[in-house]
Amino acid sequence: MTFLQLNDLKIHFPTDDGLVRSVDGLSFQLERGKTLGIVGESGSGKSVTSLGILGLHKGGRAKISGEIWLDGEELVSASPEHVRSLRGKKMAMIFQDPLSAMHPYYTVGDQIIEAYRIHNNVSKKVAKKHAIDMLGRVGIPQPDRRVDSYPHEFSGGMRQRAMIAMALSCDPELLIADEPTTALDVTVQAQILDLMRDLQRDFNAALIIITHDLGVVAELSDDILVMYGGKCIEYGSADDIFERPEHPYTWGLLGSMPRLDREVTERLLPIKGSPPSLINVPSGCAFHPRCAFEPRTGGKGSTLVPDLVETEGGHLVRCHLSREERRDIWATEIKPKLES
Amino acid sequence: MVTYIIRRLIGALAMLFVVSAVTFSIFFVVPRLAGVTPDDMANRYVGRAATAANVQATAQKLGLYDPVVVQYGRWVKGVFVGSEYDYGAGVEHCPAPCLGYSFVTKQPVWPDLVDRLPVTLSLAAGASVIWLVIGVSVGVLSALKRRSIFDRGAMIIALAGVSLPPFFTGLVALSLLSYGLGITAPGGAYVPLSENPAQWAYSLILPWLTLAFLNAAAYARLTRAGMLDTMGEDYIRTARAKGLKESKVIGKHGLRAALTPIVTIFGLDVGILVGGAILTENAFSLQGLGKYATTAIAANDLPKIMGFTMLAAFFIVVANLIVDLLYAVVDPRVRLS
Repeated sequence: MTFLQLNDLKIHFPTDDGLVRSVDGLSFQLERGKTLGIVGESGSGKSVTSLGILGLHKGGRAKISGEIWLDGEELVSASPEHVRSLRGKKMAMIFQDPLSAMHPYYTVGDQIIEAYRIHNNVSKKVAKKHAIDMLGRVGIPQPDRRVDSYPHEFSGGMRQRAMIAMALSCDPELLIADEPTTALDVTVQAQILDLMRDLQRDFNAALIIITHDLGVVAELSDDILVMYGGKCIEYGSADDIFERPEHPYTWGLLGSMPRLDREVTERLLPIKGSPPSLINVPSGCAFHPRCAFEPRTGGKGSTLVPDLVETEGGHLVRCHLSREERRDIWATEIKPKLES
Repeated sequence: MVTYIIRRLIGALAMLFVVSAVTFSIFFVVPRLAGVTPDDMANRYVGRAATAANVQATAQKLGLYDPVVVQYGRWVKGVFVGSEYDYGAGVEHCPAPCLGYSFVTKQPVWPDLVDRLPVTLSLAAGASVIWLVIGVSVGVLSALKRRSIFDRGAMIIALAGVSLPPFFTGLVALSLLSYGLGITAPGGAYVPLSENPAQWAYSLILPWLTLAFLNAAAYARLTRAGMLDTMGEDYIRTARAKGLKESKVIGKHGLRAALTPIVTIFGLDVGILVGGAILTENAFSLQGLGKYATTAIAANDLPKIMGFTMLAAFFIVVANLIVDLLYAVVDPRVRLS
């Protein structure tokens, strides 16, 4: 049985201005020990998805439908209390900005101890020893002293390490990292990514990395899911996405990624326009107003929502262009520009 | 930490000097600028039928002809070593700390203030506990049940509480509960705590509630706003992501942060209150510092007003100091150095 499986997950928020379709029919699978990268612009539904898996939208205004299967249990229909008992233990999360994500009034140690003791019936002393072990494991020097420091006394990278220690304290089987390196210096980003890769191997957890940075997912992911307007528009192995991308939006993402391994002869190729409103999602393909190839769809782009179709061996694409057209465009128009 | 406290103490002392100088100027310099002569001032201290020579002699003896700075110096000296008031018909002794001598009641100001202090302290202590507990609880519940009937009802009552002055709510409460239903003590009743604690509480319950209503309303609104802010913070999401029970998320993570500004305001409010709850004491005829002040103002009894002002300023300065120290305890990011 698949460890984590989402079937047609929808998370909608009713607001005064209309229904916000943050996540609109998302499906994917993830096995233990594997890493899935979810990529997309702000507002594409990446973070809402991750909070949805953790059940953090339960009891709020969100309307959730579909299925989330975690190790044989369905979570959308499960009681909030049951999902709470899984949170932190079976599935844990690392947040974007570790300064605001840690409580400023409690020491780093206290916050890890708290996380550990929610799910483990141990004394404070034992939990503290565990917290020190965890801090040491994520590479914090002198963990027995730093355990009593407050978050503001840590540097940004150290805080993210502490956050990771907290998330891993109960040995979770699913770890979700929401933009884990976005708030960090570039030099620290690489260290944190290395650390996450090592820890994932040690813990054999399933890892979901949510980011808008293709460089981050290139580093870590086995599979990559590209989101746009609350939907998956392309899914495949890291090789599929980087070597044989078939969706115009993915091409755009690749074109707007700065690369140091090629000469600076041309400007970046940004994607025109801005992300779609999730209340008034464009008709047809949500990407069509920004898509340079929309005229070639013969009007289907603005009227019909394309299906997510397998193009080859687990590589899924949601696009009106035919497979041949897409491969042709990639080979003749896009790839040469990216490599020039 | 110790140097910080010492520095703050010196600052507090300097503050009190400034307050005393300003107050002194208001009472002794401003009238002079407005054309009041030393003779006019001395007129208060002599009998109705005094001759001009008598008045001048009294003004001379009280030092009213001296420069204001010298007079202020004499007042400050009196605070530390006590002073004598020779007003012609006799010499009045005013032991240290002499905050002035009232020629209206023929008594030094300080012992009067000390006498009145327990009433005001009792009023402040009871009321502050009540408003803190009720205000914070209502504020938290309102924030958690946002837009519910409870929230809307509580906020309407809170608006009324903030808007209605105690001399109105106090009198309405007195006429309904004390004189109408007879279930609370009538106005002016006060039994010292040392005599009979039960009677003490009974005599003060209505003033407590009146004063608490005013402040609980403000605290409920403040707590509600703080909680709404805090519960949207990233660290609350983190606490939930850990699998913490919602009650603990609210109590340990939410309230802890939301209470910081409350602690600040609470310290200052209590400090101000101990300096005299003027409106409430008047509404209930409680012989506390606030009532003392209004009586003194009505009688134009300058030394009393000056003494009261100094004592009130003292409490506020002390409250400020305590709040600053407490802040570092509540929020570890504040470093006292």
